[in-house]
Amino acid sequence: MAIEERDAHSGYLTTGHEWNGIKELNTPVPRAVYFFLIATAIFSFAYWVLMPSWPTGVSFTRGLLGNDQRSIVAKSVRQADLERGVWTKRIASESYSAVQANPDLMKLVRESGRTLFGDNCAACHGADARGGKGFPNLTASSWIWGGSPEAIAETIRVGVNSPHKDSRISQMLAFGRNQMVSREEALNVAEYVRSLSDAGPVREPAGKLAAGKQVFLKNCASCHGDDGKGKNDVGAPDLTDRSWIYGGDLESIYQTIWNGRQGRMPSWENRLSDLDRKILTLYVVDLRTPR
Amino acid sequence: MQVVADVIAQFTGAERRGAFFIALATALLGLAMAVTGNGDSFGAHGALVLAASIITIFCLIRSFDKPEPSSERLQSYYDEPTKAGIVLAMAWAVLGLFVGDWVAWLLVYPDLTFDAAWASFGRIRPVHTTGVIFGFGGNALIATSFYVLQRTTRARLPDQLSPWFVLWGYNLFCVIAVTGYLMGVTQSKEYAEPEWYADIWLVVVWVTYFAIYLRTLVRRKEPHIYVANWYYMAFILVVAILHIVNNLAVPISFGSAKSYSAFSGVQDAMTQWWYGHNAVAFFLTAGFLGMMYYYLPKRAGRPIYSYRMSIISFWGITFFYMWAGSHHLHYTALPQWVQSLGMTFSVMLLVPSWASAGNALLTLNGAWDKVRDDATLRFMMVAAVFYGLSTFEGSFMAIRSVNSLSHYTDWTIGHVHAGALGWVAMITFGAIYASVPWLWKTRGMYSARLVEAHFWLAVAGTVIYVFAMWNSGIIQGLMWRTYTEGGTLAYTFTDSLVAMRPYYMARAIGGLFFLIGALIGCYNIWMTIRMARVSATNTAADLQDAPVAALQPGE
Ligand code: HEC
Ligand code: HEC
Ligand code: HEM
Ligand code: HEM
Repeated sequence: MAIEERDAHSGYLTTGHEWNGIKELNTPVPRAVYFFLIATAIFSFAYWVLMPSWPTGVSFTRGLLGNDQRSIVAKSVRQADLERGVWTKRIASESYSAVQANPDLMKLVRESGRTLFGDNCAACHGADARGGKGFPNLTASSWIWGGSPEAIAETIRVGVNSPHKDSRISQMLAFGRNQMVSREEALNVAEYVRSLSDAGPVREPAGKLAAGKQVFLKNCASCHGDDGKGKNDVGAPDLTDRSWIYGGDLESIYQTIWNGRQGRMPSWENRLSDLDRKILTLYVVDLRTPR
Repeated sequence: MQVVADVIAQFTGAERRGAFFIALATALLGLAMAVTGNGDSFGAHGALVLAASIITIFCLIRSFDKPEPSSERLQSYYDEPTKAGIVLAMAWAVLGLFVGDWVAWLLVYPDLTFDAAWASFGRIRPVHTTGVIFGFGGNALIATSFYVLQRTTRARLPDQLSPWFVLWGYNLFCVIAVTGYLMGVTQSKEYAEPEWYADIWLVVVWVTYFAIYLRTLVRRKEPHIYVANWYYMAFILVVAILHIVNNLAVPISFGSAKSYSAFSGVQDAMTQWWYGHNAVAFFLTAGFLGMMYYYLPKRAGRPIYSYRMSIISFWGITFFYMWAGSHHLHYTALPQWVQSLGMTFSVMLLVPSWASAGNALLTLNGAWDKVRDDATLRFMMVAAVFYGLSTFEGSFMAIRSVNSLSHYTDWTIGHVHAGALGWVAMITFGAIYASVPWLWKTRGMYSARLVEAHFWLAVAGTVIYVFAMWNSGIIQGLMWRTYTEGGTLAYTFTDSLVAMRPYYMARAIGGLFFLIGALIGCYNIWMTIRMARVSATNTAADLQDAPVAALQPGE
């Protein structure tokens, strides 16, 4: 019952079928469709001839250009290393002070150090390296583990309380929870610790501070020093400066003493190359250089 | 509730018993899952299946002894499942788009998870993708395919139970999927996240769906099978194959939601993206092309521009797409020759894709005045344009050197949504606005102006979304590959995130437009249905369904 009819608008015949009122025109496929079909097919054939493309059982056609993505990547990595080698070799071989004295090299350190730091360290230490609660400010406070380039490089290499075998171990004991000091002693020593850096008017009765000082000398000085200025070898921070890892208000200090603290910094030895770590060390040291 | 009772009243005695036994079987299955999976999310899903089955049984029992329907019903097409499917599609649209926009805002304000695990990015993102693709898109495809199938074969659906089983089972699958993500259940395969038990269930549903198609087609009264059905069938058949292969997995026990894939390493990746790309091809493209081939000419009142073009596009798309999946894995551990094949077939794929888009647009020749006046037809026209745009973009992105810039960036997201919003959602809204008045027998939608408003919100939302993502994607791609003179990366990853922020904000606003449009659509559809109810009670339906004589009796 196929009855073809001519569509008035386009002038083409229909195929003669109708589905619930829908008809189809018998318009020939436009030339352009065949043209592009052939053009894209030619492109594809050419590509197959030139590039690796068809499987042949155990292997595949390698293509006339001998293009191989794996060796291309390896080659461009080598090439990039070669180009960077111009300055990276000098950073790797020269001493810290020699690099620091060379403004050109330091410019490159600042440039690549910024992205290295941003991609690896900023998540904890902040993009500006100013830290946050639980993560030390690397630009201002006195160093926990020492500020020499060698000490910083070692911190970065092994981390703190990390699984690395040489990891630095940082233990601020839970004096209160583990019943080494009483509640009152903890409060007194917290007051005392706060007074070390707080130059404001003394708000507490002097007797409390004196009692706190006694607790401090007995329990804390072995790590933090008699003067509270900290000891780099055990990673005990300076308590007399105004910058804090865990907060300098009374409540935070009390929490630190009661529950203890074990900061964790990952070890980077297996994640960043010697060169990258050296650049980062120089970068971190440079953060404090007044400019 | 009355609606459900009406549906069951239409069932024959055998169909009521069949439904009862199916629901009983799923109830037992749910119970078994709940018991063996006690304490696991598997058990929670068992309880969900049990609850759904008990509600169904309850509804069945309430209407069990209603009088059997007269054979008069066989004189008209069976459109109740289509109506339900459209309502479900719109409900899923609102959910899926809302969650999509939430994800979009979450990328602007990372704290929008409210510290709850279920609201984290990794969980609500698949709720979005599953909600829109399977919930919205899938229900719309099932609903319209039943409609189109009957009209273009002049045969009624073979029975009244299996379409409802498909709809019920499919939505149960979607609910299991989405609730699973929120509990942390996932196979970590994109667009195939649901775990093994949900996957097996979907196979049962899907085979029933395909059987409905075949059983109707063999009873057709038209000598030829209309091209829309070719596309719908390719969609059903290929999705079944993809789904089964990609989801081959071994559960760790029959009391646990967790399973391990049968594939590993690069084979796993290739299987996944063979699936992933053909899900795009046969779910998001072929199915909706079927929709387009019916609703666009019907609404425009024009014959299809070229029968031949629709056939060569069909075979072109079916053949080329199968090879293209590896363009998702350029520059990875996947052997380079596989990438070459994926790339070249993607380039050739452009031709049948544009032939389809061109066929649609040329069909509108002689009806452009209608496009101007009728927002429903304009939805479909814009869909065809975006289909052309996103396939061009896709073929371009499939070229290895282009992909090295676009891959992993928001450019892909822009491409996805040019296709998803511009093509998939627009053609669906067009088809829904066309069918609601046909189905509920009203003169038109409740408000043509609201359709117009929805149209402009949808277009604005899509354009804002896509432009924002193009910008952000290209900036991102360039920032990631910019080196300083010294040979180190110039930007940190965080720098690129900071640069993305304004675009993420724009995208979220565009998405909000799109969501508001869909809400307006829901209101409009709701009011149209109410309008139909009122007029149906006042006057006997004066509009006839398809010409009665033209219809072949059901059984
Ligand atoms: C997972 C969080 C984290 C990351 C990432 C991290 N750090 Fe740290 N870092 C810490 C913590 C916590 C400390 C304090 C450790 C302690 O309690 O002694 C620290 C301490 C340091 C110190 C010692 C400060 C001092 O005063 O002695 C240096 C130097 C340092 N980090 C540099 C870096 C560099 C460079 C990187 C990137 C390669 C980095 N960190 C990445 C958490 C982190
Ligand atoms: C075993 C050595 C050790 C002893 C003893 C010790 N500390 Fe510490 N303390 C540390 C270390 C190491 C840290 C750094 C912890 C970290 O960075 O995670 C620290 C940190 C602190 C801090 C936090 C500093 C900041 O910047 O937030 C306070 C406050 C403090 N100690 C007070 C005390 C007081 C008070 C006592 C005595 C009751 C005491 N410590 C005893 C090793 C010690
Ligand atoms: C309100 C409108 C929408 C908004 C705001 C929206 C937002 C989003 C967001 C934010 C993402 C995550 C992007 C990322 O991970 O960076 C996403 C992913 C996705 N969306 Fe949407 N979406 C919307 C509508 C849709 C629709 C209608 C569909 C499909 C029909 C869809 C399909 C997808 C898909 C497939 C992905 C995953 C893309 C990929 O992994 O490459 N979206 N969407
Ligand atoms: C000729 C047709 C098309 C081709 C050749 C094509 C090609 C591509 C390419 C190259 C990618 C990027 C892969 C990557 O870098 O990771 C992609 C992603 C995607 N495309 Fe297309 N595309 C086409 C049409 C469409 C259409 C019409 C849609 C409809 C919605 C669509 C949806 C998607 C989705 C959802 C993704 C994201 C997949 C993911 O990473 O999650 N594509 N496509």
